[in-house]
Amino acid sequence: MAINPRAIKTTGYLIEATDLTVGFDDVTVLEDLSIQLRRGEILGFVGPSGAGKSVLTRALVGLLPRRAGHIKFFGRDIDRIGTADRRKIERRWGILFQHGALFSSLTVKENIQVPMREHMDITQELMDELAELTLSLVGLPGDAGPKLPAQLSGGMIKRVALARALALNPDILFLDEPTSGLDPVGAAAFDDLIIKLKETLGLSVFMVTHDLDSLYRACTRIAVLGDKKVMVEGDLNTILQFDHPWVRAYFHGIRARGISNKAPSALAEVQGQDPRV
Amino acid sequence: MVAEVINNGFYLDEAEGVFRFRPFGSWIIRNLDEVERQLGGFALPRSDAPVVMDLSDLERIDLAGAWLIHRAARQLSADDHPVSYESVGRAAGILLTEVADAERPLHQPPPVPSKARTLIEDVGKSVLGSLGDMRALTALIGSLITIGAGLFRRPSIFRPTAVLYHLEQTGVRAIPIVALITFVIGAIVSQQAIYQLRDFGAEQLAVEFVGIVILRELGVLLTAIMVAGRSGSAFTAEVGAMKMREEIDAVRTLALDPIEVIIAPRLTALVIAVPLLTFIGNMSALTAAAIVAFFYGGVPIDLFIERLRDTVEMVNFTRGIVKAPFMAVIIGMVAVVEGLQVTGSTESLGQRTTSSVVKSIFLVIVIDGLFVLYYAVVDG
Repeated sequence: MAINPRAIKTTGYLIEATDLTVGFDDVTVLEDLSIQLRRGEILGFVGPSGAGKSVLTRALVGLLPRRAGHIKFFGRDIDRIGTADRRKIERRWGILFQHGALFSSLTVKENIQVPMREHMDITQELMDELAELTLSLVGLPGDAGPKLPAQLSGGMIKRVALARALALNPDILFLDEPTSGLDPVGAAAFDDLIIKLKETLGLSVFMVTHDLDSLYRACTRIAVLGDKKVMVEGDLNTILQFDHPWVRAYFHGIRARGISNKAPSALAEVQGQDPRV
Repeated sequence: MVAEVINNGFYLDEAEGVFRFRPFGSWIIRNLDEVERQLGGFALPRSDAPVVMDLSDLERIDLAGAWLIHRAARQLSADDHPVSYESVGRAAGILLTEVADAERPLHQPPPVPSKARTLIEDVGKSVLGSLGDMRALTALIGSLITIGAGLFRRPSIFRPTAVLYHLEQTGVRAIPIVALITFVIGAIVSQQAIYQLRDFGAEQLAVEFVGIVILRELGVLLTAIMVAGRSGSAFTAEVGAMKMREEIDAVRTLALDPIEVIIAPRLTALVIAVPLLTFIGNMSALTAAAIVAFFYGGVPIDLFIERLRDTVEMVNFTRGIVKAPFMAVIIGMVAVVEGLQVTGSTESLGQRTTSSVVKSIFLVIVIDGLFVLYYAVVDG
């Protein structure tokens, strides 16, 4: 296999981006930004609207060109590998786009089977079983399979998009605002699902979110984006103690009152560790 | 046959009446094709011999691999074998539980109706579809007339900026292509006319023929077809995309009439643009005809113009250009009706755009035919 497992052990990072600069025309959105994703963690990314959270996600997966900086996936610099190796890396991540980005002319089942059909040589029967399994896993009823994306509600679209992202059992999952547009019950169920998937499949998750509940329930580490770079990263306590007007307003505002009096369960295991390890 | 090297698969041993199913290697989704091929014909003779799923040789497993193991175990149980697991690691244990929990019967799609039934259904659907088209078109005409009448009471609903914008898009920007295509066709017709009439020594008549055919038919027809392909498709795609993204609904909920805001300016622009483009097309085609007549037929330019003036009556020009606004209305309305029928999928956007262009070109030719009939009757 082209991806050297030893490289993962030496750096310990699945994604390692250093000094990333991204911009459009004469606007610089991100400047000298560095961020890492470790195996088995759920990294939550917050920041004001327009701070470039989605831009960062898109730059990491190569949908946007960058002006400077290096990105390593699984310890390999993506600028220094050929197309074939790049394809292999692409098959090891799954992406949930903000608006689902389902293929509108394919049914739900076909959407989930697209990556299987294109990248593997398995029977239709097995593909059907795996699609059904994935649908069940993300909490969708069996009769959703033959529906078209236009017939689904917003929450169902998110779930189908997640099912498609999970179809190839990826190592890394990118989630762009996974719970936006979901009701609180649905959002909580979505968080539980992500945590469960992390624990069972050993997924590492890179999550852009505005949902404070997701941040403290699901995320093992939080990074705040502002002023074109990562202002602060670490566990929830580190963030809560960070002194910056926006961060204070965000985490100590009226909508954040749940955080201070509830013990974040998912954070417990990383607390006490140096977040910069 | 060269034996395939198997890295990921399973062993099946039997000792003292107990079968051991031992998967080895990585049962992960990337190797799934290899594993599934081997598992394909796997079955034990139906008996009550116990089977142990021994996972000690399994290096890696993921959800898909767990599914295959679970499926094999379920198949064995169904064949009366008592199945037990051994050496199940932590990850494999969680995954197997997860898969067992998530398992449910495959959703059965409704049975596919017979070919004959589908055929009859399709015929019915297209008949109803045509009726729906006519209804939509009639409703649109009604709305447009209402808006047109409202214009007298409330001139403020006229949107000059939007009309000018669309006039630029559908009119000004179409000038080069319309001029080019009519130029080429004008040249071709002129050449053919001179060539065919030369045998009779009647090259001079070519001027009359070419002049009439361009002014009455070709200029307006070619212009309308170009506009249908260019602006009709653009209208359908724009309106369709607006429909898909709920922009039309947004307009409606803002207490505005989508027909008044979105459709009327486009149609107005078309009705103004197509006659003007037709005039440009006519001139371009006649210029080409004169040039060809000069170089190919030896007809001097001044003689060409003189014969054109003497033999081609003004009525030929008016009878051609009067068709232009009718064609413009048909192109615009077909485009809009098709655009409004776009549903959620990108596929339907493509289908509707195609059908908009096909229908409007067809209807433009039909209208031309109706005018020919009308003139034939009128001229007796």
